Amino acid sequence: MSETFTKSMARNIYYGGSLFFLLIFLGLTMHTTREMPKTDHRENITPSVVRGKALWEENNCVGCHTLIGEGAYFAPELGNVFYRRGGGDSAAFRGFLNGWMAAQPLNVPGRRQMPQFHLTEQQVNDLADFLEWTAKIEVNQWPPNIEG
Amino acid sequence: MNTLKYQSQSVAKPYFTFALILFVGQIIFGLIMGLQYVVGDFLAGAIPFNVARMVHTNLLIVWLLFGFMGAAYYLIPEEAETELYSPKLAMILFWVFAAAGTLTVLGYLLVPYSTLAHITGNEYFPTMGREFLEMPTITKGGVVVVALGFLFNVGMTILRGRKTVINLVMITGLIGLAVFFLFSFYNPSNLALDKLFWWWVVHLWVEGVWELIMGAMLAFILVKVTGVDREVIEKWLYVIIAMALISGILGTGHHFYWLSTPEYWQWIGSIFSAIEPLPFFAMMLYAFNMVNRRRREHPNKAAVLWALGCAVMAFLGAGVWGFLHTLSPVNYYTHGTQITAAHGHMAFYGAYAMIVLTMISYAMPKLRGIGEASTNKAQVLEMWGFWLMTVAMVFITLFLTGAGILQVWLQRLPETGQAMSFMETQDKVAIFYWMREVSGVIFMIGLVVYLLNFCIDRKKAASS
Ligand code: HEM
Ligand code: HEM
Ligand SMILES: [Fe+2]
Repeated sequence: MSETFTKSMARNIYYGGSLFFLLIFLGLTMHTTREMPKTDHRENITPSVVRGKALWEENNCVGCHTLIGEGAYFAPELGNVFYRRGGGDSAAFRGFLNGWMAAQPLNVPGRRQMPQFHLTEQQVNDLADFLEWTAKIEVNQWPPNIEG
Repeated sequence: MNTLKYQSQSVAKPYFTFALILFVGQIIFGLIMGLQYVVGDFLAGAIPFNVARMVHTNLLIVWLLFGFMGAAYYLIPEEAETELYSPKLAMILFWVFAAAGTLTVLGYLLVPYSTLAHITGNEYFPTMGREFLEMPTITKGGVVVVALGFLFNVGMTILRGRKTVINLVMITGLIGLAVFFLFSFYNPSNLALDKLFWWWVVHLWVEGVWELIMGAMLAFILVKVTGVDREVIEKWLYVIIAMALISGILGTGHHFYWLSTPEYWQWIGSIFSAIEPLPFFAMMLYAFNMVNRRRREHPNKAAVLWALGCAVMAFLGAGVWGFLHTLSPVNYYTHGTQITAAHGHMAFYGAYAMIVLTMISYAMPKLRGIGEASTNKAQVLEMWGFWLMTVAMVFITLFLTGAGILQVWLQRLPETGQAMSFMETQDKVAIFYWMREVSGVIFMIGLVVYLLNFCIDRKKAASS
């Protein structure tokens, strides 16, 4: 680099630039958290959705599945499974999920296996409610199709 | 022959050694998962995929943290030109962190995750069960305690001594690492908010403050092995970290595309993250430039190879593979596919695993009392390890990218009704997973060869 560009100029760009963009980032984050209630539908977070999220976490479901595209890539996307397997109907989805969780592991030789988590019907229903609420968050039309 | 400038630098040795042990563990669990990808029921009862994944990624993060801390204990006293404030504290924290880490991994492996959550009281302060942040809340607390003690120790050392640019950038990066980790304690029941701030840990680490740590470590090594004027190297360092933070902070927006967030993130995320490859490109230019302008032939050829390799692989993994899927219209189709996994692998290996291995390569001969560099024979073995691991990682990345492109083609691009299901798609691309696994085995062989280099100079180290 040429001699006219000095170390102290570089240092000032570093301090000034970082601080400037950090402040913008903080401002935008604040604005974003104010806008989010319009699209995340937090008004529909019932106690059972809250319990469902805790179950999702305490069984580390995200260690195999993605949820809205984040997580592991070993098993199907579950952010929209409410539509894929439940057809968008709460009762149908709860029915599906109870059957599905009870049937694990499927024990098909060579097939990727989902563990048996020994959940009660109440717990599976909570999970179903959490996944239904998740499916209804507005996330800019992602995923591209129902397969997730 | 003792070539340490300050005796307290020797606390770095257990940190580096333990880091390498955890690295081996990480790769073993990677291989288990790689096999489960194609032989789904392999060990499925004993080590379910999600458990193996937690072990794989958490060991990665923890061995990198051990590596960063070891690097700090090594370079900060040398830069500050003073002994470490408290070598004793450094050793106590080593054992605390090693014990907490080992217990946590044993917890993952020995009891079901829900039981671990229950035993550790996750219901009272739920932070578990989120990708990369799976460790129990008490372990997270332990990490904070260790981090505070560590920052106090190196902070006092800097305050007491010479305040070089390298030291200031290093400590800023380390403080940033600790500060952003605090967001792992924030876990609201609103998933959208949870995700928003989860990225404050994950993204602002690897595309923010960790780049400061990497830049400082690379600068330190370049000063040492090339003998180029410190002023020049420090100027570059400022330029690189300025570019890193200016692009990387708002670049966080590339994770806010599909997250119940305002539309403007599509633009901000795309534009700023498209600039993120620049600091990595600059690091590559700078490393080669400094080595070409070197004023001395450093006897540790392996360390120079690691430094150059790290700069190239970081640029490829973070810069090129990051750019590949960072623009919002592309990310719409690639989000959460094998393309993400491909990028994650090469970026983590190229930038952070390799910078730690660079530091280890430079410091270990001195820490072991061998001298400026290991013997020629040991270096040859080390360089074999370098090439085997690095080439294997290139192939892992290429195969995962192949799998990812097909996955997008079959599962994401077609309309609902025409698109193939996830599980069916996985069957179709199995050949790529097999080839990834073969590359993984080669990576493991490379790692073993690399570790063998430490055995060659054993006698010399012992007699010193
Ligand atoms: C033998 C070599 C390796 C194999 C076979 C392997 C395999 C895997 C597998 C199967 C996953 C899970 C992907 C999924 O969620 O479906 C994974 C995740 C991951 N591995 Fe490895 N791995 C290896 C080496 C490494 C190395 C050397 C690094 C870094 C230095 C690394 C870093 C990661 C990271 C960061 C993730 C999480 C990726 C993401 O979330 O996108 N792995 N690995
Ligand atoms: C050394 C630096 C970097 C590391 C270690 C790294 C690592 C990772 C990892 C592990 C993930 C997966 C996170 C998850 O599990 O959901 C990820 C995602 C991503 N990274 Fe990086 N990254 C780095 C730099 C970059 C850069 C410079 C760019 C852009 C140019 C970039 C673009 C992305 C994008 C767009 C995603 C989201 C992928 C998706 O939508 O699924 N990364 N990165
Ligand atoms: Fe990112």
